[in-house]
Amino acid sequence: MGNETLKDAFLELIRRAATDLRPDVMDAMRKAAAAEGKGTPAASVLEQKIENVRQAAEGSTPVCQDTGALVFYIDYGPDHRQKDIEEAAKAATIGATEKYYLRPNAVDSITGKNTRNNVGLDAPHFSFNQRDEKGLRVRLLLKGGGSENCGAQYKLPDGKLKAGRDLEGARKCVIDAVYAAQGKGCPPGIVGVCVGGARDTGYACAKEQFLRALDDRNPDPKLAEFETRLTGELNELGVGPAGLGGKTTVLGVKIGALHRMPACYFVSVAYCCWAYRKAFMTVSAEGEVTHHDRA
Amino acid sequence: MIELKLPASDADIRKLKAGDEVAITGTLITARDAAHKYLIDTDGAEVRDILNGGMVYHCGPVVKKDASGKYSFVAAGPTTSIRTEPFEPPVIEKYHLRGVIGKGGMGAGTLAACNKFGCVYLSALGGLATTLARSVVEVPAVYKLEEFGVPEALWVIKVKGFPAVVTMDSHMKSIHDDIETASKKNFERLMAK
Repeated sequence: MGNETLKDAFLELIRRAATDLRPDVMDAMRKAAAAEGKGTPAASVLEQKIENVRQAAEGSTPVCQDTGALVFYIDYGPDHRQKDIEEAAKAATIGATEKYYLRPNAVDSITGKNTRNNVGLDAPHFSFNQRDEKGLRVRLLLKGGGSENCGAQYKLPDGKLKAGRDLEGARKCVIDAVYAAQGKGCPPGIVGVCVGGARDTGYACAKEQFLRALDDRNPDPKLAEFETRLTGELNELGVGPAGLGGKTTVLGVKIGALHRMPACYFVSVAYCCWAYRKAFMTVSAEGEVTHHDRA
Repeated sequence: MIELKLPASDADIRKLKAGDEVAITGTLITARDAAHKYLIDTDGAEVRDILNGGMVYHCGPVVKKDASGKYSFVAAGPTTSIRTEPFEPPVIEKYHLRGVIGKGGMGAGTLAACNKFGCVYLSALGGLATTLARSVVEVPAVYKLEEFGVPEALWVIKVKGFPAVVTMDSHMKSIHDDIETASKKNFERLMAK
């Protein structure tokens, strides 16, 4: 397939991510609105958000004006070159900015200048993975800045939280991070957690949890149980939709684990706003592009 | 729903109580971190008249420019307000602001400034980008666009029926503080388990 065709496929992927939410997210939002109870302020907040998504999808305008940072996870076969894929994705990012699917969000950290096209140093961010199978598998996250500011990393043991080096300790870290976020990260949030790893790999693994569907089940039974328990407990905090009170503080918690060094026990927490933007596509060996609702 | 027209007077604002839902009609100016610093460092001559009795909106919009050079708002939800906390009290005082619109709430400094100078903090719903952009009926001007970029420029916008909730009033009540206090009890209970 030509690079122009690949660029068009990326452009459509970005449009889908920025201007609509996937069915697993919308199902969770509708269930949350029902759980809050008809006529409550919290339900009204959620209903307005659901209506906003409908309007955004209808007009292909961004669900949230902070279209965030683009993070591409790309698996590619021997029939593709990493450089070509990266060029097509960057060209599509520029095109999506021109079409107002994306806000120009890449700012030079030294001069303060906005590049105006979302391309800059490590913008977009790529995570490439070469594989034997032909074709492409692309997963895209658009991660908003307000919620990114609510992420946190803990080094266990933590005396202040009375958190030891085990899952119970990790639990306290997650509760602490979500409590501290209050309404700043646009709750109901989605929480990605990594237990273990190093400073950098822990954060990356926590963010990668956002590629999962909200209604999936962790393949590790221990973590699956931990996710369910934490989701319930975080919703007891009472922060609620938009931080204005209510039963729904999070839509879900997704937890991964990495092996760690004996001296280190990190718990990394990534926070995502309710506008949980993700999109998935595959390109077959024959060049056929398919967009998917789930990874 | 209370209809609130801008510019507003001290009396208009003192009537508002935390929890009131309002629909704002008038002219707002978008301002974030860079814009607040600019308003403190300069006399803000271009926007001084609009801000007098007016409101700033913590928002970094997506803005469309048509072939004739006219701007329109495509997406315009609020950004997190707490980042401008160090700047907000002097801006409220210096420009005679009657309101600050954003999300997530602000701190003690802003609450005290609201009380002292007759101002309120209003929450717009985070991520309500398309819906809120529809309340923006005209974009008459923009300042510092080249220097600050689209998300951080000072956009002058005319809004009609812009929906927001007063979450910090001029009588020292903050819903954000109340929620934090209530959730702190739950937090402590969960952490003790």
